[in-house]
Amino acid sequence: MKKPSVILPFERPIYELEEKLNALEKKPTSAQVKESIRNMRVEITHMKKDVFSKLDPWEVVQVARHPDRPQLRDYIELVFDEFVELHGDKSFGDDRALMTGFARLGEHKVMLIGQHKGRNLQERNECFYGCAHPEGYKKALSKMRMAEKYGIPIVCLIDTPGAYPGVGAEERGQAYHIALNLREMSQLETPIVCTVIGEGGSGGALGIGIGNHVSVLEFAYYSVISPEGCAGILWKHVKHADRAARALKFTSQNLLKMGIVDEIIQEPLGAAHRNHRQMAAELRATLMDNLKKLKGFSKEELVNHRYEKFRNIGVFEEKFQEEESELSETIQDE
Amino acid sequence: MASTPQESWNGRKKRGVPEGLWIQCPTCNATVYKKTVDEALNTCPECNHHFYVPTQTRIKQLLDEGSFEEWFSELSPCDPLEFEDKKPYKERLIEEQKKTGLKEACVAGRGYMRGRPLILAITDSSFIMGSMGSVVGEKLTRAIEKATEMNLPVIIVSGSGGGARMHEGIISLMQMGKVSAALSRFHKAKGLFISVLTNPTMGGVAASFASLGDVTLAEPNALVGFAGPRVVSETIKEKLPDGFQTSEFLMEHGFVDRIVTRQKLRSEIAKIIDYCVFQ
Repeated sequence: MKKPSVILPFERPIYELEEKLNALEKKPTSAQVKESIRNMRVEITHMKKDVFSKLDPWEVVQVARHPDRPQLRDYIELVFDEFVELHGDKSFGDDRALMTGFARLGEHKVMLIGQHKGRNLQERNECFYGCAHPEGYKKALSKMRMAEKYGIPIVCLIDTPGAYPGVGAEERGQAYHIALNLREMSQLETPIVCTVIGEGGSGGALGIGIGNHVSVLEFAYYSVISPEGCAGILWKHVKHADRAARALKFTSQNLLKMGIVDEIIQEPLGAAHRNHRQMAAELRATLMDNLKKLKGFSKEELVNHRYEKFRNIGVFEEKFQEEESELSETIQDE
Repeated sequence: MASTPQESWNGRKKRGVPEGLWIQCPTCNATVYKKTVDEALNTCPECNHHFYVPTQTRIKQLLDEGSFEEWFSELSPCDPLEFEDKKPYKERLIEEQKKTGLKEACVAGRGYMRGRPLILAITDSSFIMGSMGSVVGEKLTRAIEKATEMNLPVIIVSGSGGGARMHEGIISLMQMGKVSAALSRFHKAKGLFISVLTNPTMGGVAASFASLGDVTLAEPNALVGFAGPRVVSETIKEKLPDGFQTSEFLMEHGFVDRIVTRQKLRSEIAKIIDYCVFQ
């Protein structure tokens, strides 16, 4: 068993039990040992199910940010049969936090757009921990437009704490480029399938998130603001991030209930970081399924379908008070 | 003016809204007579600092007298997350409504600007920082859809320091997509959208409709940007350059077409409409 880089507090009892199991498995086999091994495996399975079914939203954030959680580059290896990366926005540079390129998924040829956080220090420095700059959003838009031109469906894998907040990013129009992506993605005449694979951090996530089908991995989250950012503003201190996480209702179950996502993709027992292959297989199956479904849509249907999907989001009341009072006045007049 | 809704309702001093007869200008520190400021379209007579303008005053400043017909005022906010920070969102909404006299952070409708019919929407930074929740998103979307249908220009005056409203969580974020999609249809139908950036226009509002104008105008020295200045300075661990995220900074970097003083705003908008729509 590979040693995890981080053991989250609520995972500790699971790992302890797994260590015991390991020790037991090294013992000479006897009927009694075999019996205890079997029991212990059952116990571990139950424990994993139990622990992960009761995660607090703040704990979900820890899982979504787990350093061993599969990232874009892992999925490129495990989900796709081929990836031909296309670099550069033809104007400023090549954003490493946001990768784009042709990819093959069984019979489907797609344009893959995704954020990568970095699995080691070098990658993380290159990728700014998955925080894209304006040139990243610009690159994404130009590749998506190309995909539209050739009728290639677009697959977006979202994993970002947010768009990069820096001087250069502001100078080069972070707000403008995200805004432009929102507007243009809504009109693209090709299927768009989006999945939040880890962190769905506000505008930076939505900037590649306008899809016909939007799904989320079981322990990913998708939020208007990071729990730390929210805590800093509303509770005046980052230490209240756990409260903010609960208040923001951004876990996969909440997202599905509110109609923000169409589907939750189940994670392997003990979450994605415990079994990259199984997670990838699950993701691959879901992506292929949805690409297949969208294949039957005409260009017009695709655009209208995407429009209606976002058009219908919003919770408000409609009270026609004035009309009522005018009505009662007219009645009195009469 | 003492009884206007801009006066603080709970004794708390409200952002950018001066009280009393005399006020101090935050830019030149001059003590100026409030009536003079009001007469100068809420600008400082000494240095032309642009003070905050409440929605109703803004409508008066921009449109022909009495021509504004408010639409979608039947929309009122809900509390889909049952959100509670220091106080429940429901209570906060009622407080904000009492404090500002507004039902929500956005007012939209049809009006005339020197005889030109148009759709005007305003986000007001005094209502939960002008942040965009469901109602703001819905009003803007309906206004844009209506403009597409009626073939009218759209003017949105943004004053949103809060971006997408945290209290409605992910639903607020999705409003960015919703309004931008409506603008996309409007754009395709060759509609004219003039975006007016006022102090402040930040976050999710800047990263959606406010940046999507065919022509983007900005009032002088407004704070406009994606990430808040505090977040940026914490990230880079340095002091921010002078004038960072001001209208002037944005124009220098190519994201604003014109900086327009409030005195000239109406005539400039009218002129642009004439170039694009009434030829």
